[in-house]
Amino acid sequence: MGLLDKEFSDGNIVIAPVEDLLNWARLSSIWQLGFGLACCAIEMMATSASHYDFDRFGVIPRNTPRQADAIIISGTVTFKMATRIKRLYEQIPDPKYIISMGSCANCGGPYWEHGYHVLKGIDRVIPVDVYVPGCPPRPEALLEGLLKLQEKIRNESLRTKTV
Amino acid sequence: MKNSVEIFELLKEKFGDSVISLEKDAPTEPIIICAPLEIHKISTFLRDNEELKFDSLMCLSGVDDANGSKTKDADGLETISGGTLSVYYHLHSVELNHKITIKVTTDRENPQVESVENIWKCADWHEREAFDMFGFNFLNHPDLRRILMPYDWEAGYPLRKDYKNPEFYQGMKVPY
Repeated sequence: MGLLDKEFSDGNIVIAPVEDLLNWARLSSIWQLGFGLACCAIEMMATSASHYDFDRFGVIPRNTPRQADAIIISGTVTFKMATRIKRLYEQIPDPKYIISMGSCANCGGPYWEHGYHVLKGIDRVIPVDVYVPGCPPRPEALLEGLLKLQEKIRNESLRTKTV
Repeated sequence: MKNSVEIFELLKEKFGDSVISLEKDAPTEPIIICAPLEIHKISTFLRDNEELKFDSLMCLSGVDDANGSKTKDADGLETISGGTLSVYYHLHSVELNHKITIKVTTDRENPQVESVENIWKCADWHEREAFDMFGFNFLNHPDLRRILMPYDWEAGYPLRKDYKNPEFYQGMKVPY
């Protein structure tokens, strides 16, 4: 886990770079915006529930973007919703992370050709950190997406958001 | 309980030329074709008549008949001019346990149909959806605005057969 592996030099003091400390704190408590869009949201809720237990990675749904660190785009994004998602994203304080979950959010999914109402990928509106493929992805896949995001945060430096 | 022929005869007797014909041979349920600008009167009668009592509008749907003259542009996209649009009303009487389908056909360029919102309240959102997808002008509807597409959608009516996607909506690219 990085920080805790470091040796205890004097008494109960751990010496570590401030970057590592900040990154460790951030990646261990990614509070997500409680926000679901379509069938992927059902899988996301299943991931949050006791069987897969998102909470053991420090992921807790928050009810306002102002208290959230991450947003999981879980489902089909219509144009009408895309403008709302953009606003929610802008309301999340920095640093903020985005997981695009499922084919619809990644690229439009089954609506890619005839979906007159569907945005063909959430990355046309907001920047995405991790894409989770699947239709819908199983909870294991979403968990792996989260681990990838944690990996990304662990390697951040103070100067830039991502490496 | 009445069958479609009896219902048709009852309507024909009351409304004459406003009730156009009965389509009974189609593989669907029997359809009575009515005039679009008389549908409010006819619907009131259908609901209130003691022998009919159609108290439930199960479904109201729009259809693009796509029977106008079709021209193809350089990209192979079709444009339809003229022809008709239709609205179907699926009615059911809970009390008498009979069903009928009513159809009105209107001009595609200027599709005007009377609203039945104040007869069956559920028609409110159904008519808004038909307006949103096909562009019907439901006369006397209290709140005729888009219901599914964004309120500021200007690219037309998506379920029309000659609908073309716009390039952008509010800066977001629409095609794949």
